[in-house]
Formats: sequence, C-alpha cells, structure tokens
Amino acid sequence: MSRLIFEKSRPASNKMNIPPAEVGQVDMTETIGEEYLRQGELPLPDVNEVETVRHFTALSKRAYGVDDGLYPLGSCTMKYNPKIDEWAARLPGLAGLHPYQPLETVQGALQIMYETSQWLCEITGMDEFSLQPAAGAHGELTGVMMIKAYHTQRGDTGRTTMLVPDSAHGTNPATAHVVGYKVEEVKSDARGLVDLEDLKSKLGPHVAGLMLTNPNTLGLFEEDILEMSQLVHNSGGLLYYDGANLNAIVGVARPGDMGFDVVHVNLHKTFGTPHGGGGPGSGPVGVKKHLAQYLPVPRVAKHADQYVFNYDYPQSIGKVKEFYGNFGVVVKAYTYMRALGGAGLKEASQHAVLNANYVKTNLQGTYHIPFDRLCKHEFIVTAKEQMDSSKVSTLDIAKSLLDYGYHPPTIYFPLIVREAMMIEPPESESRERLDDFIAAMQDIADQAVKNPDLVKNAPHYTVVRRLDEVKAARNPVVRWEEAIDV
Amino acid sequence: MKVPQELKYTNEHEWIKVEGNRAILGITDYAQHNLGDIVFVEIPELDAQVSSGDEVAVIESVKTVSSVYTPVSGTIVEINEALEENPELLNQEPYEQFIGIIEMDDPSSLDNLMTAEEYEQFCQEQG
Amino acid sequence: MRFTPNSDTVVQAMLDSIGLQNLEQLFDDIPAQVQMQRPLDLPGEMSEMELHSLLTGLAGKNKPAAEHPCFLGAGAYDSYIPAALDQLLLRSEFYTSYTPYQPEISQGILQGIFEYQTMICQLTELDVSNASLYDGASALAEACTLAAVHTRKKMVIVPETVHPEYRQVLETYAMSGYYEPVFVPCPHGIMDLEQVADLVKDQAAALVVQHPNFFGHLEPMGSVADLIHQAGGLLIMVVDPVSLAVLKPPGAWGADIAVGEGQPLGNTLSFGGPYLGFMAVTRQLMRKIPGRIVGQTTDVEGRPGFVLTLQAREQHIRRDKASSNICSNQALNAMAAAIYLTLLGPRGLKDTALRCHELAVYAQRQLEEAGFPLLYKQPFFREFVVETPDAAAINSRLLEQGIIGGLAVDQGMLLAFTEKRTRQDIDRLVAAFKGE
Repeated sequence: MSRLIFEKSRPASNKMNIPPAEVGQVDMTETIGEEYLRQGELPLPDVNEVETVRHFTALSKRAYGVDDGLYPLGSCTMKYNPKIDEWAARLPGLAGLHPYQPLETVQGALQIMYETSQWLCEITGMDEFSLQPAAGAHGELTGVMMIKAYHTQRGDTGRTTMLVPDSAHGTNPATAHVVGYKVEEVKSDARGLVDLEDLKSKLGPHVAGLMLTNPNTLGLFEEDILEMSQLVHNSGGLLYYDGANLNAIVGVARPGDMGFDVVHVNLHKTFGTPHGGGGPGSGPVGVKKHLAQYLPVPRVAKHADQYVFNYDYPQSIGKVKEFYGNFGVVVKAYTYMRALGGAGLKEASQHAVLNANYVKTNLQGTYHIPFDRLCKHEFIVTAKEQMDSSKVSTLDIAKSLLDYGYHPPTIYFPLIVREAMMIEPPESESRERLDDFIAAMQDIADQAVKNPDLVKNAPHYTVVRRLDEVKAARNPVVRWEEAIDV
Repeated sequence: MKVPQELKYTNEHEWIKVEGNRAILGITDYAQHNLGDIVFVEIPELDAQVSSGDEVAVIESVKTVSSVYTPVSGTIVEINEALEENPELLNQEPYEQFIGIIEMDDPSSLDNLMTAEEYEQFCQEQG
Repeated sequence: MRFTPNSDTVVQAMLDSIGLQNLEQLFDDIPAQVQMQRPLDLPGEMSEMELHSLLTGLAGKNKPAAEHPCFLGAGAYDSYIPAALDQLLLRSEFYTSYTPYQPEISQGILQGIFEYQTMICQLTELDVSNASLYDGASALAEACTLAAVHTRKKMVIVPETVHPEYRQVLETYAMSGYYEPVFVPCPHGIMDLEQVADLVKDQAAALVVQHPNFFGHLEPMGSVADLIHQAGGLLIMVVDPVSLAVLKPPGAWGADIAVGEGQPLGNTLSFGGPYLGFMAVTRQLMRKIPGRIVGQTTDVEGRPGFVLTLQAREQHIRRDKASSNICSNQALNAMAAAIYLTLLGPRGLKDTALRCHELAVYAQRQLEEAGFPLLYKQPFFREFVVETPDAAAINSRLLEQGIIGGLAVDQGMLLAFTEKRTRQDIDRLVAAFKGE
C-alpha cells in the first residue's frame, strides 16, 4: 500500500493561493454568529501540489483500466472508451453549463439530449426516452416505478408481485423490492432459458410484470420471447427489459419489437462511456407510448427550431434525480453513436458476438461449458473439471489470471450455475488479444492439474495478494484516523 | 452436519430447546456452514414482543445476510451479547451459543417443529 | 469511426475457425420474426474530423456559465477547478477501470475512495462515509429510507426550505413505502420550528434540515437535534460541502446522517450531471448505510490493503431483501473531490469559503443600498434571495452584457457567489438591477 495522503500531511506545506475578495473585511461572528461557526482547524491533509500530484499518479499505477488490456467481465461490456468522446464532454460549451441557465443559452445541450433520445428510440424500438436516471440500477428503479404508476392509475392495486428469472442480476429483485413489490423467481430450464411452464404457473392478476434481460445472463437469447410477451400481456402485466446485454443485438433485434413496454439502457456499457472506477454511468429509460405519461420530468421537446423543457406531465412519477441526468455521460454516448453511425453500431454487436463465440469454441475441452451452443456476446464456463480433479475453484482461476496481467471475468454469477465464470470479450478486442487470453486460460487449466497449489494461492505477482475480507467485514476500518499516543 | 437429538428444528434452520415455558433459539450447524464466516450479528431486542414467524435477528457473513425467525410468540427475555463482539462464535459453536430466549405465549406452536430425524431428512433434500 | 480492430480478412478467418460462413449466422438463435428486417434508420458513420466539427458546433450554440460571470447556485456551483485536478483525472487507469471487485489490481482506486471517505468524515465530523451515491437528492432519499428502517417509523419531516428538486425526488422515492414525507411550509425563508416541533411528537423517523437552506440562509439549529432525538427520530442534515470549511459541521450539531451535493468539490457544472452524492453517518448506523464502502485489511502476507467491504448489505447479495438497489457509485467524481480537497488543503478550502461569503456580503449590502433588500432577513453563507418583482427583466439585461443572473424565485431572485466572482462582476450585477 502506498502511504495514505493523510500520512504525507506536513503543516504549512500546502501553498494554494486563493486571492482575497477585495470587498472589505467581513467578521463572520457578526454576519453568521459564533455559535454557527466551525471550531478548530479543518483536519484535511496539508500537502503541496507536487506531492499531491505524485500521490495520485502513484495510485493510478495501482489500477487497471480498459486502456491497459482485456477486461472480459460478463454483463459489463468493457469496450474501448473513445477519446473523442472524452474531448467532447470536456468542451467548455458543454461542461460549463449550469442546469438552471436560460434555455436560449443551452440550445446545443438540449439538442444533444433530444437527438440522443431519438437515436435510442430507433435502436431499441421504443417510443420515448428519459435521460434522467444516473445508472442502470437507477433506470430500473425508474422503469419499475412507472410500471407501478401504470397499474395504480388503472385502479389495479392487487398487482403486488414482480416476476424475475432466477438468473437475474441482483439489482432486478432489489429494485422491485424497493418499489414495494414482492418478488417471485421464475425458474430456468435445461436450455438455460426461462421455463415457460413455470412462467405460466406464476402469472396471474397479482403479477405486475416480468423483468427480463435478453440475451439473458447466461449469454443466451430467449427464443420464446414473443410467447412470453403474449403471456405476460394477456395476464395484464407489463414486460421490463434490463438493457445490460444490449451490446449483443444492436441493429439486429430490438426490445421494442419483442414486446417490451419499458427498457433501460446502460450508456457505460453498450455505448462505450467509461466506467470511471465504478461510476458515473447513465441509465436512460425508454417506454412505449402507453407509458410515456409516467416518464420523469422535465422532457425535452422541440417547437419549430427551439428546444424546451416541458414539465407539464401530471401523471409523471416525478424526479429520480436532481436536474436532468448525467449530461456529461450522455455527451460521450452521443458522440459514440454519431461516430459509429447505424451500420457501425450493428457491426459492433456482430463483432462482439463473434468474439464471444470464438473464445468459447477455443476453450472447449479445457473448461466445462454448461450451455455449449451458439451464444451471444458472452458465455459461461465453470471450474467443474478443475474442482473435480484438484479442488481448484473459479475464484482460484480468476486470481491466477491476475498474474497473467488480465482482469478476470465475472465470477460466481449468475447464481444458478455453480462455479460460474462469465466471459464477455467486447468487439474492441483484436484476434491477437483473444488468442493471448485463450492461451492464458489454457495455461491455468494446465497448472490446475500439474501444480494446483500455485493456482490456489494466486495471485503471486500483484502488489497485494489475497486480502482478508472476513476481517474487513468483522472489524470494518473505513476511514483513516490519526493515531493517538497513549 | 451435527444435529443434536434432543432439539427441535425449523425449516429456516433454527434450533429450539424448550425449558419449561422458555424457548431457547439458535441456528444449526447446517446454517452456519452455509453462511460461511459470520462477520456480524444483529442480536434480538430485549423485552421485545414477538409473534411466530417474526424476524428476531439478522446474521451477516461475507457473502450473505440472513434473517433468524422465531417459530413461537412471546417476549424476548434473554439475549446473547457475546455475539456482538465475537460473531464467529456462531460458526464455532452453533448449538452452544443461543441467540435469544423467548418466554412463550402459546407453547402449542412448538408442535409444528421438526424432530432431529425430520430435520436431517429436510437438509438432505435441500442438497 | 470504427473501434473494431479486426479486418474483414481476420473476421472471415475467425468465422471459418468456428464453422460459420458469415456474421449473420451468429444470430441464427434469434427467431426471424424478432430480427430487424431493415437497417437502423440512423445517419452513417462520421470521421473524427467531422465529429470534431459537429460537437464544436453544438457546444458553440451554448453560453456556458463557467465562462461568464454567473450568479446561479441552487444546488450547482461554478467552482474553480485546479488544472492539476483535470490532468490527474484524465489518467486512464482511473477513468477506464471498472468497480474494484478484484482488489489486488485495484488498490489505487480503493485507496483513493478510502481517502475520499475519510475526507467526507473530516468535513462532516461524522464517523463513517460511503463511497458516494448518484447525487445529493437521491442521497437524501436513501437517508430517509435508512432512518425509517432503523427507527421502524415512517414519517419524515421536511421543511419547504429544502431544495424543491430534492423534495420532488423524495416524493418519487416514497413510492417504496419505506417512508412518508411530510412537508412543512416555511413562509419566512427559514424552518418554522414551532410547526416542526408540533409534527415531531413521537412518530417521526427523521427530521431533514438543509443548512444553509435552498434560499442560502442558516437554519435555527440550536435545539433541533434534541427535539428529534427525544422523539426517537434521527436528524438528517443536507449540507454544502464548501460551507463546512467555516460553518459548524453536522456531527457537531448532533446529526445522525449528513448528505449533500459534492459537485462544488472539483466537479464541472456539466448541465446538471454527473454529480456526487455524499453520505456520512454515525458509527451506530455503519451497517445500514447504502452503497459501497471501502475498508482496510491485510493480505495473506500481512501487507495492508483495501477491499470493498460490508458487501452483504448490497443489492447483488441481499437481492429482494435489500433496502436500496444502488449498484454503483460516482467513483470518478469522488476521486475528483478527494483530489480537489487535497489540492486546496485546509487553508485553501477555508479561504475559498471565506471569499464566497465576503462576496455575498458585499453584494447584499450593495443591492440593499440600491433598493433591493433581502426577501428573508436572515443570516446567509454564500447565497440569498433579493426582493424584486422583475427578476426576468433583470436577467435579460444581464444576459445582454454576457452575465448569467440568478434564479428567479417567488418574489425575487436567488443569487449565489462562488470564489470565481469578483468585485467588478458584482458591481455590474448591481448596475443591471438598477436598470443601467
């Protein structure tokens, strides 16, 4: 661990110069009052600019981004983040806009929001979009709230349950629960797809809807989607699309055409905006006409050549975020979409699916592949063989990959497959990169048999080795504190 | 998996020991094994009035959070404060470390509990 | 532009190697009725130079507040962003990395967030901070949920001096059923303590106080913590992080939870987002705080290191028992805040806060002399409402001169002062008020 910034603090070493206001002295004990003032010094670290820059530069060298190498995290779509997108978002004419500026001074920004919504409508087959949600989970929250508003408005208050496949990402049931729904899981069948009979048995007048990802979290396309859509709608429910896996089908198929009523997309996945170490993202939400009235406000409208914000939607669920959404992220996605164009967006999905199938084929025989058929943009392997022969787990394999310079794929998800490893090699990866990755995976499988302890104790070459997560949870130390001499 | 013969069991993997009008409640060896390393226990509230099926405690491990339910109604008259400082005791001694003791309103709800044999069978079916 | 590195030849070779003839066959598992029968009806690709032109043009249609004297506040502030911060944030390991679920190769991100968490605790004088939430408004909604779940009560009292958009978000999030917001009218620009005390009784899960409030004024904090604590509820404060350099922090007021908008700490205005919701709580609430937290621990060889901890509370594990569905944090914005606070340092942040306050005081006196008094006669930090029926007209005049005026509110104009403003800016502002 490099030393914490607080340990580098030295009195009077920060020389930041904030010039005085030159408007005459103000005595805060008069203007504010003693009892409202902070007592004592601010305990922030006192470090000069040189050491500050060195400190954070050093931290950056203990991190790994897409710009460093392959990041085959299933369901995360870690594609290359085009630098032209970064440049665009930083343009002063975009980055420097206050959300409450007069509308005539932000027409370019509104145009970007308006056109982004239009592009997303065409890509997803939906009728209207809101760019307000700040992340995928936030988009889900917004979408499920709209479903609730829809049923409530119709007086159908008996719909208290939301259905979710057992392979669903944790945000799906969490979102449903937070909006006040009971959650019931629908089983997956031997194909790895939603079990239609189980779905039929669970639908009813108490079900508000079904949340799906398509392709699903196993990387498989839900072929019965049209039938599922009919079943759900016939029983009076709505169909929700979790757009996490949209990268598999852009330009090839659209959730709107599959019968989905509400969708959310992840700009930081499908549309290449950077993940930033955990955020910010953006999770725009799209709807079919019959749900548009519930979208958050304001909505961007165009009258002749002028763009405006429209707040007059009495059925709207309100706001899920202050202001309008993560505009800075939207600019990056807009630039990305304009860069690729319609054909380019489709090509990206085609190459993503090709990459996944290519890696899968090349791992046959080395790893157990539970659903070994044509997959979409991601697929699952398990450590079954390695567990059986030498008790080497998916975790061990993932940690070994670190020694080869890779970020591991997603592990232990989805929950319905034991020892799962979900691999998603996005379209921005070259054949050479994929071949290298395949070779590393084969090498690890080899070591798992010849030298299992090496694999079980990985990583060996990273700046820290396996960390004690039990200790971190039993005795959480979540901030630095000045040591007190006793 | 240890399954002491003299105890009763629930399908949420709690054990009950009855002493007169008091029900002593804990989690089974199967439960602690599935939870993994326990990092925190939110112990029951002393003197709380509880109904059968209520959540009385929450157990947090590194990989999951699990509720502990009481199969009987009554008042919580004793709690095991040692679990606050040393949650790992539940992993080490699941049957020696109780979680709470309930003074029962209605002992008949005990009739719905499983015997040791029935519980072992139940665990086997769970896989 | 294309970011797919394989040439057509390589693509064909890859297809061959897996027994396929063309790319279309990769989608044979999608039923024909579901597949699109036409290409996407969207414009074609653009070269980088064309994109450059397009985006420059779109940006050129705007008049960015950050490049003009700007008196807008109301939750977003035109702060000065040091050049070093910008450059550090562009380091690709920070912005192209994913959530640090594999701690061994993410120690830099984890440590950065740990340092951010510490600084938030230092500013608020509370014990535990999370790794950030989407923004101030949703952080407040999460805080109300936390309070409701913790106290097992529902009523959350919210004075109408809390930012109107925050109140709207609270109403929307209340769909969860965890809490019920009760709004208290405050006709005098500060919280109406009598009404609040009346509502509190013993049913309140929490009292929310924004301090300084939406109008820029300081709320009467003295007895507030006791009031809500005696009723068995929690005190939630919504604060401006820059103000904490000079104002008494939430911990010192007895607050249980502090939330707010971290945007002024080194994040661009960006037309409203991405911003930074911070949340800090007392030690007792540590295991209830939503979102991610970074904790310190050791590795198998005894080396100190950092991991995401207390994850069992998070959505991906708690699933349908989670009380929050938040999956991500605003990592890059939090990193920006940590770097900003370090670059400024304790004296720099204090000087910044002082400068904001001094400019505000000067402006208020000038405006008063010019016949525009405070709408609410209360102490303020760096924002206040000046009484005028003519906000729109004044703003037009200002815009003609290349100045962005304050926010028109009921009966007046809400003016904010950041460290970027100057005496000259204010003199021009006052002149515009006078009709010059």
